[in-house]
Amino acid sequence: MTAMPDQDVEMGRAPAPMPNKIRTQHVSVYYGDKCAIKDVSLDIESNRVTAFIGPSGCGKSTFLRCINRMNDTIDICRVDGSIVLDGTDIYDSKIDVVQLRARVGMVFQKPNPFPKSIYDNVAYGPRIHGLVSGRGETDDVVEASLNRAGLWDEVKDRLQDPGTSLSGGQQQRLCIARAIAVQPEVILMDEPCSALDPIATARIEELIDELRANYTIIIVTHSMQQAARVSQRTAFFHLGDLIEFGDTEQVFTNPIEQKTQDYITGRFG
Amino acid sequence: MTTLLIVVLLGLSAIAFQTGRKKALRATAGNIAPLHSLPTYYGTYVALWVGIPSLIVIGLWLAFEPQIINALLLAALPGDVRGLSPAELGLQINDIKNHAAGGITSSELSPRLQEVADYYLGLRQNGLLGMTIVAVAAGVGGLAVGWRHVTSTFRARNHVERTIRVVLIIASSIAILTTVGIVLSLLFESIRFFAQVSPIEFLFGLQWSPQTALRADQVGQSGAFGAVPIFAGTLMITIIAMAIAVPIGLFSAIYMAEYASSQFRSVIKPVLEVLAGIPTVVYGFFAALTVAPAIRGFGEGLGLSVASESALAAGLVMGIMIIPFVSSLSDDVINAVPQSLRDGSYAMGATKSETVRQVILPAALPGIVGSVLLAVSRAIGETMIVVMAAGLSANLTANPFEAVTTVTVQIVTLLTGDQEFDSAKTLAAFALGLVLFIITLGLNVVALRVVRRYREKYD
Repeated sequence: MTAMPDQDVEMGRAPAPMPNKIRTQHVSVYYGDKCAIKDVSLDIESNRVTAFIGPSGCGKSTFLRCINRMNDTIDICRVDGSIVLDGTDIYDSKIDVVQLRARVGMVFQKPNPFPKSIYDNVAYGPRIHGLVSGRGETDDVVEASLNRAGLWDEVKDRLQDPGTSLSGGQQQRLCIARAIAVQPEVILMDEPCSALDPIATARIEELIDELRANYTIIIVTHSMQQAARVSQRTAFFHLGDLIEFGDTEQVFTNPIEQKTQDYITGRFG
Repeated sequence: MTTLLIVVLLGLSAIAFQTGRKKALRATAGNIAPLHSLPTYYGTYVALWVGIPSLIVIGLWLAFEPQIINALLLAALPGDVRGLSPAELGLQINDIKNHAAGGITSSELSPRLQEVADYYLGLRQNGLLGMTIVAVAAGVGGLAVGWRHVTSTFRARNHVERTIRVVLIIASSIAILTTVGIVLSLLFESIRFFAQVSPIEFLFGLQWSPQTALRADQVGQSGAFGAVPIFAGTLMITIIAMAIAVPIGLFSAIYMAEYASSQFRSVIKPVLEVLAGIPTVVYGFFAALTVAPAIRGFGEGLGLSVASESALAAGLVMGIMIIPFVSSLSDDVINAVPQSLRDGSYAMGATKSETVRQVILPAALPGIVGSVLLAVSRAIGETMIVVMAAGLSANLTANPFEAVTTVTVQIVTLLTGDQEFDSAKTLAAFALGLVLFIITLGLNVVALRVVRRYREKYD
C-alpha cells in the first residue's frame, strides 16, 4: 500500500489542495436534441472523494458516465468539450476505451454481480485485461481485492458460491472488489448505497474513506448527509448546470449560491 | 328451418334483454341508484333465461336425435329386412337414408322400402319442427321466468357473473377434455397394437416392415415392427436440423440483441419471423426439388453415392425452418438479461464479444436451453418436410447421405389411403404417435421448467 497522503482530512478542517487528476472543460452532453449537461468545467483532485449532488434528473449521473465513456453505449448520446485524465484527452480518437475503463472503474447504483462465482466475479477484470497469468497470481489478486473491499473474511470459505448468493451490501462490496481488481486510478460510484440498508451503507462509506488513500473517487449521491460524510469536494448540479463546486465543508456550511443553499436546506429537491 | 330458429331465438333474447331492463327501471321509477345492479344486468339475466334453456333443448336434440330416429326406422322396417345380418341391414339402412337425402343408392329400392324412406324423411322433418317448437317454447318460458324474477332488490349482477364464470369453465374444460380424449384414444389404440406386437419388439427391434400378410401364402409381407430404424432416422434428422438451427439462430439472436442498431433490428426481426410463417409444405418442395438434388450433385462430385432423398437434405431444410424459433426465443431471452450486467461488464473494460461470451450468455443460458428444447420438439414433430424429402425406407444407418424415415413419415404412410383399421399395420401408427407424444411432451415440460426457473431469477 502506498502512504496515505492526507489522513488528517476531516470534516471541519479545510483539506490541503491535491494535484488534479481529471480536468473537464466546457463539457456538454446531448441525448438527441435534449441537452443533459451544459458547459460544465471542473477539476477532480487526486486521492480525494468528490461528491456530485443535486436533484433527480440534474445530469450528475450523466456527467459521471462521461468520465469512463459509458455514454458511448447509448446511441443517441453526444459529448462535447474535453475531459483530460492525467494530461490525455479521453475523447481523443486514439484513446482505446477498453484501456480507459481499466484505469477508470465504476460501481453502479444497483449491485450487479455477474452470474458467476464470487471468485470469477473478481477475477473477471484481471483476466480480460491479461493482468494475471496462472492460478496462483489470480488467487493473490482476488484475495487482495476482496481484502481491500472488506469482504474477504466474509467470503473466503465460499469463493465458489455464485455472486448473487450474497446479501445486497456484500454484493456491492463485491462489485467494488471487482472494480479495484484491475488496479484503476479512478473509481466512479453512481449512488452506490441507494439500494442498501443503513448498516451496509455505513460499511460502504467506511470503505470509500479507506480507498481514498489509493484511488481518486467520484461519487454521485442523493443523500446530502452521505456527501457530507464521505467527500472532501462537492459539486452541486441543477438542471444540467454546475451551480457550485468547492470544498465539501464550505458547500454545506457556507454556500455561495442561493440555489445550493435552498437545496441543502431542503427547500427543493 | 335452422336459420329461422336462430333468428327467432336471437330476436327473443333481444326482446328479453329490453324487457328485463325496462322492468327493472320501472320498478324504481327510472332511477338507477336504488337498483341492486345496473339495468343491463337485469336485461342480460332475462336474456340468459331465454338462451340457456333453448340451447339445452337444441343440444339434447343433437345428441339423441340420430339414435331415436334410427330406432324408429328399424321398427318401421319390414320383418324380412330386419332379419338380415347386421352388415346387410346397415347397407339397407344406408340406402334408405341416401334415398331420403336424394343421393345415389347401391340398388333400386323396393316400393316397400321407398315407403320406409318417405317415413324416415317425414320423421326427420317432424323431428326438426318439433325441436324448433320446443326450443322456442323453452325460450319463451325462460323469458317469463326470468322476467318474473326481476325486482329492484334482485341480485342480477351476481347471477350474471356466476353464469359467465360457468361459461368460461365450460370453454376451458372443452379444451382440456379434447386433449385428454386425444391422448386416451392414442393410448387405447396403442394398447390394442401392443396386444399383437410386444412392446419389447416394438421399442428395440431393428427391422421395420409394417406390411402384414393378408393371405397365409403371401410373400415379402413379413410384418416386422421394430421401430429402432425409425427412431434413429428421426434422431439423425433432428440432430442435423439442430446443427444448422442452433448456431445460426443463436448467432443471429446475439447479433440482433447486442450488435445491430435499432433500425436494422426493426427490419431484420420481422423478416426472420416471415421464415416461421412459410408453410412447411413449401419448405418440403424446396427440400425435395432444390436441396436434395443439389446435395446429390455435390456428393457425386466428391465421388460419394447419395440417395436422391437424403437425410441431409431433409435435415438441412428443417434446420432452416427452425432458425426463426431459436433466434426469436433466444433474442427475447438475451434482451431480458438486465442492462446492469452489460454496464458492469463494459465498465470493467470488457469488449462486446467478451461481454457476450462471459456475462450475457451465462446469464441467458437457461432460457437459451429452453428455446433449443422447444425447437427440438418442433423438429421431431415436423412432418411435411420429411415426407417430401426424407423418403420412406426404414434404413438403420448413420450415413446422412442415405434415405431414412421418421416417426411422423411412418404415421402418415401407415394411415393414408384405404386401410383396415384393426390391423397391426394401422395400429402401429398409434403406437408411434404415442411415443412421439411422450417425447415431445417430456421435452416441452423440461423446456418450460428451465425457462421458468430462469424467469424467477431476474424478475
